[in-house]
Amino acid sequence: MTSDMILPFYQALTEDVNALSAQVPSLAPDTLHDIRREALDRFTALGLPTLKTEAWRYTNIQRYLKEFPYELLTTATPVAAEAIDKAAIPELDCYRIVLVNGHLQADQSALPVGKGITVGAMSAHTDAPGFVTYFNKQHHLVNESLATLNTALFADGLYIELAANTVIDKPVHIVNVYTCERHAFIQPRHLWVLNKNTTATIIESSVHPETTAVAFANSVLETVIAENAELWHYNVQQGEESFREVHTTAAQQHNNSRYHHFNFTLPNTPFTRNNLTVALNGSHTETNLNGLYIANKSQHVDNHTFMDHIKPDCHSNELYKGVLLDNANGVFTGRILVHQEAQKTNAFQQNNNLLLGSKADINSQPQLEIYADDVKCSHGFTAGQFSEESMFYLRSRGIGEDAAKALMVNAFSHDITEAVKVPALQHYLQVQIAEIMNN
Amino acid sequence: MLTIKNLHAEVEGKKILKGINLEINKGEMHAIMGPNGSGKSSLASVLAGRDSYTVTEGEVWFNGKNLLEMAPEERAREGVFLAFQYPVEIPGVSNLNFLKTALNEIRAYKGLPALEAREFLKLTKEKQQLVDFHSNLMNRSLNEGFSGGEKKRNEIFQLAMLNPQLAILDETDSGLDIDALRIVSNGVNKLRDAEKAFVIITHYQRLLEYIIPDFVHVLYDGRIIRTGTKELALELEERGYDWLKEELHLKESV
Repeated sequence: MTSDMILPFYQALTEDVNALSAQVPSLAPDTLHDIRREALDRFTALGLPTLKTEAWRYTNIQRYLKEFPYELLTTATPVAAEAIDKAAIPELDCYRIVLVNGHLQADQSALPVGKGITVGAMSAHTDAPGFVTYFNKQHHLVNESLATLNTALFADGLYIELAANTVIDKPVHIVNVYTCERHAFIQPRHLWVLNKNTTATIIESSVHPETTAVAFANSVLETVIAENAELWHYNVQQGEESFREVHTTAAQQHNNSRYHHFNFTLPNTPFTRNNLTVALNGSHTETNLNGLYIANKSQHVDNHTFMDHIKPDCHSNELYKGVLLDNANGVFTGRILVHQEAQKTNAFQQNNNLLLGSKADINSQPQLEIYADDVKCSHGFTAGQFSEESMFYLRSRGIGEDAAKALMVNAFSHDITEAVKVPALQHYLQVQIAEIMNN
Repeated sequence: MLTIKNLHAEVEGKKILKGINLEINKGEMHAIMGPNGSGKSSLASVLAGRDSYTVTEGEVWFNGKNLLEMAPEERAREGVFLAFQYPVEIPGVSNLNFLKTALNEIRAYKGLPALEAREFLKLTKEKQQLVDFHSNLMNRSLNEGFSGGEKKRNEIFQLAMLNPQLAILDETDSGLDIDALRIVSNGVNKLRDAEKAFVIITHYQRLLEYIIPDFVHVLYDGRIIRTGTKELALELEERGYDWLKEELHLKESV
């Protein structure tokens, strides 16, 4: 690429990010203005990650940012119902919330209602108690340059707050629609606050209706799981050719809380980076991080996870599984930090991969830093092909090679899909996996 | 039905089969016996298409078709079934789903529509009884955590479900107690009919008390050195294999 073709958005990011902030609608109150100003300075100081940045060693983010001449997009245009329906999960009885480029589409949504439930646009809730207390308070976000970029320049997103002792009776399905006429860089920002003794099941999925323009989403979600609260959180990345994504989730847990996170990355999206950090700010918590990525073609899927064990008596269990087809490229980082105070920590981590493509590969790195002495921690990694003996057994019963592979991939993903507690979602995922393998 | 002519095969450069000749007709029950390492299980593997074996010479014809040119799944669809000596455990693949997939692939090959759920379940129930295969096992992962006996019964249950023309039972009796042996043998006997043929590979004469063979072949050093009737099995039980080996060496030195 010659120098005069350097792309405007990329150029602004590297040279004059301040100019971009003029394109972003300002949000009240002034305190937020200061936070954004600070984030912008922070981004300028950090710069974009390079291959020398420890957390980005295996993912050349700049390559993807330069891939198309993106423009920062802060608005949304209406989207037809059919496009939204693409993300529908059959037989799922849920509240559906539609966001277009991060902007809530109230008339196309069925918002959960009830005492203690607040659901609305971020821009309309910047004075809500949960926002004031928790927005951008997680220090993990401050060190990640793309997260600071989001803080500085986001336009809108979804705000959810459950008052203490509130339960949402049905799963909430958030459909993130990304739409643009020209290649666009879109930055939704969400905050979910589950106060004491609350329970919710939230499913996120994203669609990018068939388009020639590429959407690059750099989204940030903060979740707060307060004392004795429980969140079941599913993120389904369905996969679209003209979509790129950096998806950051920063969760914090308080005493006796439970957080179950599931991340499914399905084929076709050329680039996905998921940052997931969980800060255990309380004791006696339970955290389950489950991930399944199935990648094809030259897809690059990077799951970057960080379990921050700050307080004692917490239990975390992480299982990420990958199926890499064609010349797909997988990256998994599992960082576990056990602070000195975090005695009696149980932290387990496992990353298993099936390398099925002739040029598929995986870079997996556990990073355990343990400063407490009374802990149980383990990690494990595998990468392999199907067992030949299993394949022969299936084929010797008349099952063709492709169908046998599909059965085996289903079996491989079984312990992840089986843990999905929403039957319609579980079924949907199993069907998706079968279809991927049959094609 | 099955014609094996001068079959030679090797694994990792080691010659295992050194000229097998065998003719199997429908309705027949053949037993293949022989000492350890004589090539019995290798013959079963070669017939089923295990790709660690290389056929270096010879032919195998199944109903007029060249078996050696077919992929393992094609052989199965044509009607060849191998009951494994060591059935594989596959966590996450349910027994039921596995069988449904197998059955429907075979049916599709024959131009038949997939079985409806109700018909499939009916067939399953019927065949389960044949080998006393507990329905609890049906919904479990394929062979996962099954006892040795349960695994072997599952092999015969699959055999009953898939209804092949030629069934090769590779040491199905190994690791079975006497009750399980009786159940498995009864299952096989009930499946016997004029259209099907069986090849029973075994170490011991014990199994042949329950399943009466029409022919008994002794495999030694990659070749069939003696063929007889069920009386041969009794003789082997009594005298072992050494006298056969000696006879063979005498013949060869002449």
